[in-house]
This record gives sequence, structure tokens and C-alpha cells, in this order.
Amino acid sequence: MISKDEVKHIAGLARIGMSEKEIEKFSKDLSSILDFVEQLKEVDVSGVEPTAHITGLENKYREDKFREFENIDGIKKLFPEEKNGYDKVKSVL
Amino acid sequence: MIKELHEKLISGEITSVQLTQQYFDMISQKDADLHAYLTLTKELALEQAKKVDEKISRGEEIGIIEGIPGAIKDNICIENIRATAGSKILDNYIAPYDATVVEKLREAGAIILGKTNCDEFAMGSSTENSAYGATKNPHDEKRVPGGSSGGSAVVVASDMAVWALGSDTGGSIRQPASFCGMIGLKPTYGRVSRSGLMAMASSFDQIGPMTKTAEDAAIILSIISDHDEMDATSASNFGKKYEDYLTGEIKGKKIGIVKGYLEGLDAGVKKVMESVIEKYEKLGAEILEIELPNAKYALPTYYIIQPCEVSSNLARFDGIKYGMRADDRKNSNYNPEGLPKNLLETYLDTRAYELGAEVKRRIMLGTYALSSGYYDAYYLRAQKVRTLIKQDFEKAFEKVDLILTPTAPTPAFKIGENTNDPLQMYLEDIFTITANIVGVPAISVPGGNVEVDGKQLPVGFQLMGKWFDEENLLNTAHAFEIHPM
Repeated sequence: MISKDEVKHIAGLARIGMSEKEIEKFSKDLSSILDFVEQLKEVDVSGVEPTAHITGLENKYREDKFREFENIDGIKKLFPEEKNGYDKVKSVL
Repeated sequence: MIKELHEKLISGEITSVQLTQQYFDMISQKDADLHAYLTLTKELALEQAKKVDEKISRGEEIGIIEGIPGAIKDNICIENIRATAGSKILDNYIAPYDATVVEKLREAGAIILGKTNCDEFAMGSSTENSAYGATKNPHDEKRVPGGSSGGSAVVVASDMAVWALGSDTGGSIRQPASFCGMIGLKPTYGRVSRSGLMAMASSFDQIGPMTKTAEDAAIILSIISDHDEMDATSASNFGKKYEDYLTGEIKGKKIGIVKGYLEGLDAGVKKVMESVIEKYEKLGAEILEIELPNAKYALPTYYIIQPCEVSSNLARFDGIKYGMRADDRKNSNYNPEGLPKNLLETYLDTRAYELGAEVKRRIMLGTYALSSGYYDAYYLRAQKVRTLIKQDFEKAFEKVDLILTPTAPTPAFKIGENTNDPLQMYLEDIFTITANIVGVPAISVPGGNVEVDGKQLPVGFQLMGKWFDEENLLNTAHAFEIHPM
């Protein structure tokens, strides 16, 4: 069972604000899903390599060359708050 | 269907502008009820269509998809067109660039009619998780079209597009294809570039076609599959033209049936499966029983790895660089030390207000599984079980060419039927999820209908193929389509 305090801690790590009601609901939901995935504990995985890339693709390289992105205005327009062409956020310090 | 339209365009029987306009007429007739489109790109479509018509009138040769209208799932970016992925957090998001698949389709001259509805960030099996309302199944409007690519399935099923692109992370192309009576293909992991597809679970996500016929799916796949330097996980280009492999001849092909998979099925789905097996036998395929002893762990494996990848990928939606920003709503119960309250509030409130319940659930689950002290027990163990499931498939494919299963355990369910029980909804993906776990290509093919509450509901079956053997998959689906019972 995931306690409400644990849910609060996870919500903080995930940066999701939560009401008391939601915390209660997630405590229930997460517990039932975690109970379901518990069955993986019965599998013997000793000596088994974890999957890294499923088709075993080798590293693909490309030239490390700078490429101009043309639609800079398109990106600037997406700023939630803009000032002098910069993305404005709340004070960090 | 694409080939016939292509012939009509060349012969001048219809122009691309007329064809495109016909589809917009159909959309205005039907979509108020079905709600499959989130955004229409009429201006763009007609402009593209005009160019194709000019080309034809100049006597120039046109490509197979040129001038033929289709739709794109809303989690795939089209430059200067809104892309919400079914989420409120991207309500105001205008994509600044084309996804690689869109770029390829555009270059090939395809017409894009609009963006289709989906579960928020493709998380769901019914399209009910869209922040913009549920899409309805054209075969029975009280029922879901499946998901997450429900909108893409519906636009093709109800003649509001000739073809559509969906994305498939655990069955999101195949299950809605089954519910709506369409072809839905999830290519091998890495066959199609994911650049410009909003990342959900990066080790599972694949873009693929949803169409009326296997031939149409083959045509689209030939256009969109390629190596892309914008997606380091994309595979080399083999230059295959998948439509050239559709002989309809499957004599001697070995098709595996998984032991235990036909037990405990919905009676209607079971009946369809039996008739599918019978037909393949008649067509000369050899049906063999195979075992996938670890496949029963596919669903729990998925529901660890997938939320972990989700929690990491969706960290980018924080109200800082783009999308909606909500703050000062004083909703934040949690106030960790060391972070300035003001900025933290932006994160907490934006994500609290703009993300939906299912997305939060998976972010929370993934954050938990990846948090300190749990990594080995959950994520690492799941990746090891994943290796075991893959080994089962490697063994099975020494014996058979293809594996046949149901696509979904049931026909389309009612809207609201599974929304209160997340686990029940996850079980919808029990047959489809394995292909994502092991990376093989898989296709859902309409297998027949069952009558439920006086309505004819389509039921699909699934074929899984060897890695990068899409041609065999498509040809086996094609054989089923073209031969009468």
C-alpha cells in the first residue's frame, strides 16, 4: 500500500500539485497497479541481460554539424510570457 | 483504394481539389456527431491539391499518394498547425516544424485534411482520455472507437479521410483499427522515424498507417519508412516498396497460434478467430501451436517500463518554454526545501491544472518506480523480463513465419464502461502490448463482425511478424482480404 505521505513525496518529485482528494485517489490507484506488477517478482531473471535496444541497433552516427533552424519566430511565439524576445519566467533566485 | 483514386486522378475523372472538397463535405456532414477531428487544415489541403492538379494538367507524372487526402494523429507535428495531442497543456501549441513522416508525405504530394483526436498524449485505449471530448464509434455511437488513435481509425472508417497516421505504444493503432473495422499497422520498432511524434514511451512508440486495405497500408509504409538522422533509434533504409510484395499467395506459410490465447475469450471474438484460422488453412497456410511462456508477463512489464519513460518524457511540459502556464492558484500542497516558491508554483500548478488524470497516474507511477531505492526492483527487473519475452519470440520465429492472435479481447465497449477502473482498461491491450515489448511489426486486420445490442461490431485479428518483415505481414493480411470465405 502506498501511503498518502509517499504519494505527496512522489507528487513533489514529479512536480504535480495535488489536492487532498487526489492524493487519496492516487494512493489507491497506484497501490492496485503496483499489486498487479508484483507478479514480475516470480520470474527468475538471474543472469539475464536487461534490454537496451530491442532490435539490437548499433550506434548510429551523424556529423556533428550545426544546422540553422529557420522557424525561430515559431518557437518564440510559443513562450508563455515574452519580454524583449526572451522567454520570461518567475525569479529563480 | 489509393490505387483506384490515383488512376482516377490521372485519367482526369476527378481532380484532387474535387476529391479533397468531397472529403471536407463528408467531414462537415459526419464529424459533429463522431468528433474524430480536432483541427482541420482546409487551406493547406486545398493549396496542396491545387498544386497536384496543376501538375496533372501539365501532363507531369504524379506519385501514388499524390493528391490523395489523409489525416494525421494530433500527437504528430505539422509546421504552423496546432498540435494538442489531446491535452489541455498544449491547447495553444502551434508546432514549429514538421515531423519527419509529415515531411515525407508532403514531399510525396499527399493531402493533409486535419489532425485527429486521441487519448491525452496517446495514453488510453478508448479516446475517452482526450481533454477535448470522446470520439464515437461509427458502428455504434454509444461505443468507443478504441484508442489511443481513435480519431484516425474513425476518419478512415467513415470516409472522412482515405488514409490516416496513428501512433502505437501498446496497441494504439491496432486496437482502434479492430474496433472500427480497419487495417492498422505498427511497424517494427525503428522502421519509421519518431522525430516530430510527441514522445510518450520512447522504447515502444512507432508511427504507422491506418487504412481500408493492406495495400493502402503498404503504400503509406513505403513512403514513411526510412532511416532519419533526427531519430538515432531509426533503422537503416532497406528501400522496400511494400506494395510490390502483395502477391496474395501464402501457401506453405507457417502461422503460429499461441497456446492458451483462445481460452477465456469473448464468445464473439472467439468465433471470429476460429473462422480466421479456418480461412488461412484453406489458403494453404500451415497452422502450428507455439508457446510463449513469458508473454503472460508482458502487461506488467509494460506497466513498469512505459510509465517510467512517460515520467521522464513528460517532464518537458512544465509551463516554461511552451504550452499553457497556470500559476498562482495556490494548489500546491507540497513545498520542497531549496526551491524558490514562485518558480516551483509554476511547475506544480501548470501540471496540476493542465494534465489529465490518466497522464498524472502514469507520471506518478513512473516517478515512483524510478525513485531512489526502487529502480532495481521495478525498472531493471522489467527490462530483464523484457529480454526473456524477446527470447520467447526468437524461439517461436524459428518455427513459424507469423503469429496469429486476437487484436483485442472484446469488440468495442460502451463509452464510460471502463473509465473507473484503470487496470481493466489496461487489460484491453493484453494481446497488442507484446509486439511493442519485443519490437516486432504487427497488424490488425478486420476478421468479421459480431452482433451486440442489435449492432454489427467489427472484430479484428492480429498478425505479428519477424523483425523488419513487414512485407510478409502485409501480404498475409492482403491474402485474407482478397479471397472470399
